Amino acid sequence: MNSGSQTRVVTVGGSPAPTVDVARRYRSKWLLLRRLSQLGILGLFLIGPWFGIWIIKGNLSSSLTLDVLPLTDPFLVLQSMAAGHLPYLDAIVGAAIVAGVYLVFGSRVFCSWVCPVNIVTDGAAALRRRLGIKGGRAPAATTRYWLLLGLLAACLATGSIVWEFVNPVSMLHRGLIFGMGTAWLVVLGIFAYDLLIASRGWCGHLCPMGALYGLLGRAALLRVAAARRSACNDCLDCFAICPEPQVIRAALKGSGTPLILDANCTNCGRCIDVCSLDVFCFSNRLTHRFSS
Amino acid sequence: MSAFSSLARRQFLNRFAGAVGGAALLSLGVGLYAGQASALPAQALRPPGALAESDFLAACVRCGLCVRGCPYHTLKLGELGQAVATGTPYFAARTIPCEMCEDIPCVRACPTGALDRQLTDIGKSRMGLAALVDHESCLNFLGLRCDVCYRVCPVIDKAISLENIHNQRSDRHAMLLPTVHSEYCTGCGKCEKSCVLPEAAIKVYPLKLAKGQLPEHYRKGWEEKARHGGSLIGEQIELPVRGMEDRPSPPKAPLDSGWKP
Repeated sequence: MNSGSQTRVVTVGGSPAPTVDVARRYRSKWLLLRRLSQLGILGLFLIGPWFGIWIIKGNLSSSLTLDVLPLTDPFLVLQSMAAGHLPYLDAIVGAAIVAGVYLVFGSRVFCSWVCPVNIVTDGAAALRRRLGIKGGRAPAATTRYWLLLGLLAACLATGSIVWEFVNPVSMLHRGLIFGMGTAWLVVLGIFAYDLLIASRGWCGHLCPMGALYGLLGRAALLRVAAARRSACNDCLDCFAICPEPQVIRAALKGSGTPLILDANCTNCGRCIDVCSLDVFCFSNRLTHRFSS
Repeated sequence: MSAFSSLARRQFLNRFAGAVGGAALLSLGVGLYAGQASALPAQALRPPGALAESDFLAACVRCGLCVRGCPYHTLKLGELGQAVATGTPYFAARTIPCEMCEDIPCVRACPTGALDRQLTDIGKSRMGLAALVDHESCLNFLGLRCDVCYRVCPVIDKAISLENIHNQRSDRHAMLLPTVHSEYCTGCGKCEKSCVLPEAAIKVYPLKLAKGQLPEHYRKGWEEKARHGGSLIGEQIELPVRGMEDRPSPPKAPLDSGWKP
């Protein structure tokens, strides 16, 4: 985010601070790492069918790594059980491993470090900023939790895993590996929705997978902290770039813990990137336990 | 209650209703769409060991591990836009049939049990049932000896047999009709794949489509007779044919006309 002048005199603790280096304002270390992670994981899935190097088989719904490590989407296992099927231990263990990893690594790390749709919605958000598209109509951010509940009820009522008929996340990932069909249109739909109708509409308001991962990661250890919040000069860059801007306020402006504890922080690290004053950093609950 | 808190309450209720209502509508829509989209097209067969279709859709997470397990690239995942439920595994017999691997790798790869691991003998799998649907085009029905579906059947002479029938048209030849027996047919699709016609006369359909069912109370007299070692209702009285006493009884001559080619 680079609105306004390229250099800016800021005041920290009453004394004039040095002008901010222009190059530093374009830092995107965490963004690059995140893209590397997203594309790397997708790549691991793709080198099997493309080059015959089978490190991971399957897709994000369920996979087998090096023929030993099962990983399964916990939301799918929940839906399957709601639909009246008790999956084999492979799938349940796989879901437990995934849930366990996110219990430690936090609130919706899946969304910003793994999910392929994140690249699409980040793209829509970037284009929205560039074109200066404002307004639109986003559903309440709590809609996703009700959708999560509603879908489990629909699974119960129909006896099938209903979300997989329309889930754009698995459609895109599975499509890239096994064949897209017309799933491109769904992805395009998500892009258009986020661009024209609702800012951060899909990931931030609707996606029930993200909602579940958010709930799972409530107590997770890894957190972004507004560790140097006293240095904040209210430029609002972090609010402008954050995919879930409501999560920042309590940590940055409150007097309690500087950790961002909101379940919907995706740990994407963009606030760390864009803050010219290095207010934010990755931290964890243990480090900051007593600092509030 | 102050005006402000009443307004705040109304706003809260509005947003709450919007979120719940929107989510409920979306869930309903998804549920209804799922019901529609889960119809399995007639020519898409599920992998061996697949649960009954309604249970299958509760169990399959569409991960494609069965597809990766299949050494013959028989299995595919449905793509959006195709008739088969998106992302679920299927195969089309006419394209690549199931080779009936003895170790059934697709079933072993399934992490959820959508493909049932209790299936350990591939001969017991019921992916579908072959049916000789077109008696008008089948070469054997025309009196030729094509027999290809019979020859390629992995359960030859059990799942498909050749039944010898008198050819009424020529009145002097036999027709050897390929006949499918559901007791043994696994639905692998090799017969459909190998049918020499431009459009196969024998096709494999999901069991639900291909198989009829007798009412439960039906008993076959000849089977009951064999099981009990004799008629269950005793010997029958031979009644005279009244009003035909003056007619000569039909000759007991052999049916064979004596003609030899």
